[in-house]
This record gives sequence, C-alpha cells and structure tokens, in this order.
Amino acid sequence: MANTPLAAGPSGAKPKPFITPQRAVVYTVLIVCAIFFLFPLYIMVITSLKNIQEIQSGNIFIPTMHPTFDAWEKAWNSACTGLYCEGIKVGFWNSIKITVPSTIVSIIVASLTGYSMANWPFKFSEVFFTILLLSSFIPYVVMIYPLVIITRELGIYSTLPAVVLVHTIFGLPLLTLLFRNYFASLPQELFKAARVDGAGYWQIFFQVFAPMSVPIFTVAVILQVTGIWNDFLFGVIYAGPTNYPMTVQLNNIVNSAQGGKAYNVDMAATILTGLVPLAIYFFSGKYFVRGIAAGAVKG
Amino acid sequence: MHSVSVKNLTLKFGSAEVLKNLNLDVEEGEFIVLLGPSGCGKSTLLNCLAGLLELTEGQIHIKGKNVTWAEPSERGIGMVFQSYALYPQMTVRGNMSFGLKIAGLPKAEIAKRVDRASEILQIGPLLDRKPGALSGGQRQRVAIGRALVREVDVFLFDEPLSNLDAKLRSELRVELKRLHNRLKNTMIYVTHDQIEALTLADRIAIMRGGIIQQLDAPQTIYNRPANLFVAGFIGSPAMNFIKGETVDGGKRFKFGDVSLDLAGYEGGAILDRPKAIIGLRPEHLSMVDEAIPGHTIPAVVEIDEPMGADSLVWLLAEGRQMSVRVPVEHRPAPGKQVHLKVDIAKASLFDETNELRI
Ligand SMILES: Nc1ncnc2c1ncn2[C@@H]1O[C@H](COP(=O)(O)OP(=O)(O)OP(=O)(O)O)[C@@H](O)[C@H]1O
Ligand SMILES: [Mg+2]
Repeated sequence: MANTPLAAGPSGAKPKPFITPQRAVVYTVLIVCAIFFLFPLYIMVITSLKNIQEIQSGNIFIPTMHPTFDAWEKAWNSACTGLYCEGIKVGFWNSIKITVPSTIVSIIVASLTGYSMANWPFKFSEVFFTILLLSSFIPYVVMIYPLVIITRELGIYSTLPAVVLVHTIFGLPLLTLLFRNYFASLPQELFKAARVDGAGYWQIFFQVFAPMSVPIFTVAVILQVTGIWNDFLFGVIYAGPTNYPMTVQLNNIVNSAQGGKAYNVDMAATILTGLVPLAIYFFSGKYFVRGIAAGAVKG
Repeated sequence: MHSVSVKNLTLKFGSAEVLKNLNLDVEEGEFIVLLGPSGCGKSTLLNCLAGLLELTEGQIHIKGKNVTWAEPSERGIGMVFQSYALYPQMTVRGNMSFGLKIAGLPKAEIAKRVDRASEILQIGPLLDRKPGALSGGQRQRVAIGRALVREVDVFLFDEPLSNLDAKLRSELRVELKRLHNRLKNTMIYVTHDQIEALTLADRIAIMRGGIIQQLDAPQTIYNRPANLFVAGFIGSPAMNFIKGETVDGGKRFKFGDVSLDLAGYEGGAILDRPKAIIGLRPEHLSMVDEAIPGHTIPAVVEIDEPMGADSLVWLLAEGRQMSVRVPVEHRPAPGKQVHLKVDIAKASLFDETNELRI
C-alpha cells in the first residue's frame, strides 16, 4: 500500500508527442525537396521504359503497361553520337579512362602536399598555403585558354593525357586544402611520438596517418570521381573526339538530328550517365558526411 | 659526465623568445621535474631535448654526446605525452614494437623487450587490444611501455598524468616513483601539479617566462625559495606576504604597528632595507592567546575552512588577509582576537626591489 502513491504518478521518460511543430516544418521541407528532385527522375525512368509509340500517344506522367528495356539497349550499344552509331558505351569507357587516372594522381599528389604542409613546415609554407587558398577562388574559365596552349606546346592537346592533366591540376587546390586541414587536425603529439620512434616522412604517412585517414580519402575520391565524371567542358576542349567522355557523348546523342526525337533512348542514356555518381553517393554517403565533418573540425 | 646537459639554449618562435639562454645539467639517474605556470616553456624545453624543435641557439648534450642536431630517435631518449599519443589502429603490442621494428631489431629481441616492459607495467593481458578499448590509466601505461622498450637512458614526460582523474593520478604517481627506483634512468618530467613535483622530484626546476628561476631539491624550494615568484608559486594555500621594512641594522622587520624580531633568520645579510617583504607559510604560523612582543602579529579571525585533519583559518592582520593552518580541533570562532606566532627560522625575507631572497 505504501507504494501506491508512487506508482500512481508519472514515471520513466517523459513521453514526447510524435509531431511537434518543429518536426512538422522539417518534414514538410524535406518532403517537398524530395519530390522536387525525385519527380524528374520518375519521369525519366518511366519514359525510358516505354516504346516510341507510347510516348507519342500517351501521357508523360503515366507509367507504361508494357515496360521494355529496348531503349536502354539501344542507348548503350547503338545510339548515334554524331558520325558513329556505337551507343554511349564508348563514352562510358572514355569516362572511366579519364576519371580513374585523374582521381588517383590528384589524390596522391594532394595528400602528400597537404601532409607536408601540415606536418613538415618548410620555408614559405604559409605563403604557399595562402596562394593555394586564393587560387581555389579564381574562376577556372580564366585558365582554359592558357591550358590549351600549354597542352599544345607539350604536344598532348586533344589526347587522354591532356584531359587527365587538366583534371588533376584543377582538383589540386581544393583537395590539398582538404588534406592539409585534416592532417592538421590530427593530434600533433601522435606525429611527435612517431618521430621519437624513428619514423620518417614516408613511414609516418603510410603507417601512422593513412590508416587514420580513411574518411578523408573517401571524401576525396567522391569529390573527384563525381566532379570529373560530371565534367563536360574539359572533356570537349582537351580530350579530342575519340576520347569524349560520357557527358559529351550524351549531349551528342540527345542533339543528333536523325528522324524524330527518341525520348526513351535519350532518357535511358541520361540515366546511364548519371548512374556512376549516383551509385557512389548511395554507397558512401555515410563516409562522405563523416569525412566532411572530420575535416571541418579544425583548420 | 652529466646525463643531460643544456647549454645556453635559446628558442624563438618567430620573434617571440620562448626559452632564454637556458642552462640545465641533469645528473645520471636523477628525477628532474620542470614546474611552472602555463605557457612558461616547459613543453618547449622538453621538445627541444627530444629533438622535435630546432634550437635557435645553444647546445644539448646527452650522455656526453652533442646531440644538438641529431634526430629524435638517435638521441637515446624515450618520451611520454599528455594525450598518450598511441597509434589508434595498432594493437598495444604494435604500439610498443613500432619503433623497434623501424630500428630493424630482430623479432625475438622485440618480443623479449615488449614482454619485459609489459610485465613491469602489468599490461600483459592488454597486448592484443587496440588503444580505443583501453581506459585512460591503461593507455598511459602503454605509452610508458612504448618509451620503456626503447631501453634508453633518458625518459621525457610531458604532463603524463594530467588527463587522469585524481585517484588514478596518485596511483600512477606512486608507480612512476617505483619505476624510477627500479630502473634508475634519468627522468625529466613536466607538470604543473605541485604535488607531483614535490613527491617525485630529486630536484625541481621552477620555470617562468622561459627562464629557470630556481633549481633545487623540493625541500629547499619549499623552505628557501630563491625569489618572490617561486615563493608564491609553490605551496597551497600560498605563502602569506607582508610588505614592510627592515630596521635596526637588519635586526627587526617593521610593518604598521608590528615589529618582528629577526634573530634566527636563515639567510644572508639582512641590512636596513626600506622595501622588504616577509613571507610566512600558513603552516609555519600558530595561534596564541597572549601577545609575545617581537614574535607575534595581532589578528582577527574571519572564516575557517576545515579540510579534514587541518583547518585553514583566514584572518585580518593590520588590514591584510592572512591564512594559518591549524589542527582542526583548534579552530577558533570567527571574530575572535588572536595573536599569530611567527617561526622566524622558517620565514623568508625578500628585497622588494629585485624580488630576491635575502
Ligand atoms: N608552435 C608554436 N608557435 C608559436 N608559439 C608557440 C608554439 N608552441 C608554443 N608556443 C608558445 O610558447 C610558449 C611556451 O609554450 P609551452 O607549450 O612550452 O608552454 P608550457 O609551459 O608547456 O605550458 P602548459 O603548461 O600550458 O603546457 C607559449 O607562450 C606558447 O604560446
Ligand atoms: Mg605543455
């Protein structure tokens, strides 16, 4: 009986109403944004699954009763990009050939530069840092023509190496800052401990810092892969027609004026082009957020 | 031959002079504590010794060898950091053997050293864990172990216990003392905890603004501080300082209506100094009911703070606040008029103009 008054009153955590005004606002905004971005995707997917008669006769918002992957097959294998009709797969492999080396080279160079700046200060390293910071604000359009001349002088204009070089150079300022800030945010005493243990420049980088830096490497890979994959301009300018990346080929497919517009093929080709960055975000979004947060803590 | 010898060391960060023409000789097997307020250059000095900072001027010798330009790993030192600084992706064993592997020691030798160190520090069961799965105390033990396996003559500690809670800190403090008694290495230990300094050190170096103010045994530092700064820095609660003058050819110290007899003072020639300061530790004062001319200061009790066995009593004497440590059963009532008896043999006199002990 002595317990009764106690048991009668509230106990445990205070129950929260499911929908508070704040939550209502947040959810509304999120849902509206999601619709805004998902709706075009929805149209693209259903259109790519229709055949051309359905597109001409039917309603654009209504999914097809007879989905077919013909348009996808055509987009990949035989859509015409200007003179050739080999589909967008040519562009896909070109994009791979451009993205993989550019990403690897720029990340290797940027991580080592950032590491050197953060932990092995050299004369003028602060000046160098400032220049780097400023240079990442210069509009890149300014540098397009000089780079055309430079690559031409190097004898690589309109080749794969030219576009890889350009992507690498343009990736460096931001990536170097990213790595520098990340390495500067690691405990200084860790670096000192490794020095006392006799570890040198490379040993500290590979054995102590790199294993701790998976998040920032992930961020760098995502930034570079998506950035380079989505690039259009550098591809058109520096790669040369045989090396046009997927984005450029897509543009050519959509704009090639042969017969009526094959909207289903265009849509399929577009989705195929966007698939790589989409997949990357999808599988590494968690690490991306974590890495950005980790890099942002200290500067 | 000194174990560690620092000669005319100057270190500048840009234009800021952080260490100023500093000299320090450490004997073989000595436990030296560097003590001082935050920012006085303790860590900087330690980093210089370790070879992690380049000196602006001066030399460092370790075991008679000039190591001023030697790499950290070539100096025969091991270092323990405040933040433990363990490699997070390596196991405890990996952490302890990292340096030895780099030095190219044979596997059997590495295993032997790691086992010996982990036995000394009782971290055997932790060897296959990662640092993330250890408590703070265990991590610091591993960090000490990492220095131990190097089997060097000189250990450098930078506030190794200050990230631990009070109980663990006192436990590890005793353990460090035991370790030193067993290994007999030279140890140079940075802290800003007076208790650590007083309990561990063979000699304490009190630093301020990049200059060593006094380098002496703990008891000497405590009883005969070389200057006002050291006197005020060491001891908690702080020493009572009273400004006054010395008169009668240095026989008496006068302030307000009080005149103290200086016969029995242990120090140099007192002389007549118009500006002098007497320093009296709270535990070197006692409360008496009757005035003894020349030996007591009249005072009124304000408040007292019982602290277990002792009580710290705050009083007003001649308009100045003073503190006295008394056994808790002798606590006086607030407002009571008492007399503070001065033990002049334990007092410190300073010349106010140069702040040095007389
Ligand atoms: N890399 C640096 N660049 C410029 N100034 C520095 C640098 N490192 C330390 N200082 C300055 O040098 C002085 C001494 O620093 P130090 O770290 O040696 O102090 P400390 O005695 O160890 O203090 P604490 O007890 O807070 O650890 C401080 O004023 C600090 O601001
Ligand atoms: Mg320090």
